[in-house]
Amino acid sequence: MPDTLDKKNTLDQEESLQPKMVTVEIEGKPFQVPAGITLIKALWYAGQDVIRGVGCLGGFCGACATYYRTKDDPKVKTCLACSMAVEDGMSFSFMPAFPARKATYNLLELKDPKQDLFTLYPEAPLCRNCNACTEACPQQIDVREGVWKAVFGDFKAVSEMFMDCVMCGMCAPVCIADIAPNLVALYASRAQGVHFTEKPEGLSKRIQEITDGHFQQEWDRILKLSDEELQNTSAATT
Amino acid sequence: MELTDQRNLVHQTRDARRSKSFPKLSPAERDSLIKKYHPDHRAHAYRPIIFGPNAGESTVTEVATLLEGESPVPADLNLTPDYSVDVLVVGGGGAGCASALHAHAHGANVLLATKLRLGDSNSVMAQGGMQIAVGSDDSPVQHFLDTLKGGHMKNDHQLLKVMVEEGPSIAKWLLELGVLFDRDADGNLHVKKGGGSSKARLLTCSDYTGLEIMRVLKDEVLNQKVPLLEFVAAVELLSDADGACTGAVLKDLDNNRFIVVAAKTVILATGGIGRLHIQGFPTSNHFGATGDALVLAYRLGVPLVQIDTFQYHPSGGVYPEQLVGALVTEGIRSEGGHLVNGKGERFVNELDTRDVVSSSIIRECEEGRGVRTPSGRVGVWLDTPLLDVEHGPGTLDKHFPAMVRQYERYQVDIRKDPVLIYPTLHYQNGGVKIDVNGETPVANLFVAGEASGGLHGRNRLMGNSLLDLMVFGKRTGILAAERSKSLPKSSLTLDHLKRFRAEAKRHHVSAGIISPMVLPAYTNK
Repeated sequence: MPDTLDKKNTLDQEESLQPKMVTVEIEGKPFQVPAGITLIKALWYAGQDVIRGVGCLGGFCGACATYYRTKDDPKVKTCLACSMAVEDGMSFSFMPAFPARKATYNLLELKDPKQDLFTLYPEAPLCRNCNACTEACPQQIDVREGVWKAVFGDFKAVSEMFMDCVMCGMCAPVCIADIAPNLVALYASRAQGVHFTEKPEGLSKRIQEITDGHFQQEWDRILKLSDEELQNTSAATT
Repeated sequence: MELTDQRNLVHQTRDARRSKSFPKLSPAERDSLIKKYHPDHRAHAYRPIIFGPNAGESTVTEVATLLEGESPVPADLNLTPDYSVDVLVVGGGGAGCASALHAHAHGANVLLATKLRLGDSNSVMAQGGMQIAVGSDDSPVQHFLDTLKGGHMKNDHQLLKVMVEEGPSIAKWLLELGVLFDRDADGNLHVKKGGGSSKARLLTCSDYTGLEIMRVLKDEVLNQKVPLLEFVAAVELLSDADGACTGAVLKDLDNNRFIVVAAKTVILATGGIGRLHIQGFPTSNHFGATGDALVLAYRLGVPLVQIDTFQYHPSGGVYPEQLVGALVTEGIRSEGGHLVNGKGERFVNELDTRDVVSSSIIRECEEGRGVRTPSGRVGVWLDTPLLDVEHGPGTLDKHFPAMVRQYERYQVDIRKDPVLIYPTLHYQNGGVKIDVNGETPVANLFVAGEASGGLHGRNRLMGNSLLDLMVFGKRTGILAAERSKSLPKSSLTLDHLKRFRAEAKRHHVSAGIISPMVLPAYTNK
């Protein structure tokens, strides 16, 4: 921060240097950490080296899937440790890497992707509706509904519902039918894109124009210009 | 004033602000604003590099120190290879995955090593979109010109021309892999307007563009069964008697063992430098953004270009404290969100380039028109509720679900209240010198993505990074695969390291630090 800040703000700065401390339990062991920091920062603060379990630190990569429980609440919940603040009495542990099976496939070669789902993921239709996957999702996706949509071939709905999915995989360990819903959804979403989505005409046209050298004249013109001329020119529209 | 009162000022001034437009600055005004306020122009943060290919050139202290650092590899390391491959890809983000997939598709025996998990990267966080000139009123030439203007005319013309021209074929490739870009009603790709661009050119997957692309690429890397080494970092390159690159020494972070890889070609795709926290800035970058490729290539004698310029993204979070440095998507400004200072005034055209917008935010804060957070930080408002007012209720939910969620976790409703932002260290504008195929001046060493330099000039335009990754991932992957077919097996030596160490000694440099950094040391010891 710049050092030209006015005097009356000094108090705030000092407060921020002496944070209120809270007690949290990390993998069963209590630590004192500053209130309000993220769970990942609490681990660092507690002196723990973390390699497995830290990724983008922005809530997008799913590396820091974590189980946590707040004080006196029996309910164990899930979160991304980079995007969750500690509170007093909280208890948490990283989710270990879960050995879910990912099917391998070549999407372009699939003839009937909606049917092929049952060969690639034969467990998908065995959902027993317990809803544990939905409850485990830190992104609030209706995972159970998504699995059923996939099974019934509504891949479009799956792709829309799972656009928020960070592939943390917390839906998989809780599944009593051994489904890995995130992987099923990823398959369905990709199949939707590859097999059931229109090819954009404008794009094909643009690629053809480039191949045909349509822009060559403009390139020849602008690549000869000085920096100053380039500043003030626009490309001719096609 | 309490934060709530400050916030109310944003609500009170909204209607008045809506009726006015804020002019863009002239090139001369932009230059003087940047020279005065942009962190790239703080002389005290810079120093000359003492030795090596860029000796005498100036860069930030954090980078210079790493470049002059000591390799962790002992001179007498047994170089019997644990793996022998055609193409070694280092890095598992967008550029790494694209390189690996293309090299694999071209028949190469590929090994992908990444120090975290496959896909853990900045790419996965890219929210704003990917610039590709697909609109009927647009052209690759205009994309070129916009990027050049954004980069202060310092971009490498050849690299840039390649990128903009290959853009459309990259969109096609991603669609064929199943990436679900947003569409218009007629089935064409929907394009959004980005800062510094004269045309709407951003392809998006709501505000999860990077996540969607990375989900698909990771899945494809696994489907293609490309051999992977996760939690394995590259710590040194290997060279032959001619100085060509012949492989790398990796380090397994689980057991700290060295792994020697003989590779006919090596592609470095290790991303940027945010975690160096240059000038003490918080960063939007992922945990592993420590500039490893800069160090590895430098020790092998490859020069770096424009390594004195970094991008400070205008909208990093400053409140709540958990979001400090985290990126707030530029999409909000693209769709008309205002930046508002502590007096309730706009102070910049929000669609100006990132360096201009960041400089203006720093100016507002330094001149006392910022807003103070309870923990003592300063920022300005980004008026998010304006989007719902302007485009109808539900706009934020529909177009920015990730951001709504990002703030909801901390009980901030961006539909109702504006958010506080301040520039965050976001991107390394320069990097390792490459040619149009992504090859460095050292034979058989390639660099793709953010680690490379020259393409973006002194300021990268929004949406050009995802495209950069895909285009140069593809080019390096294909050329490395083709090249490796004609290359004989070569010797593995650390001769370049011997030379580098001798030079360090001659210049009396003993930085006392080991580089590459691999991971930042955040753990309290």
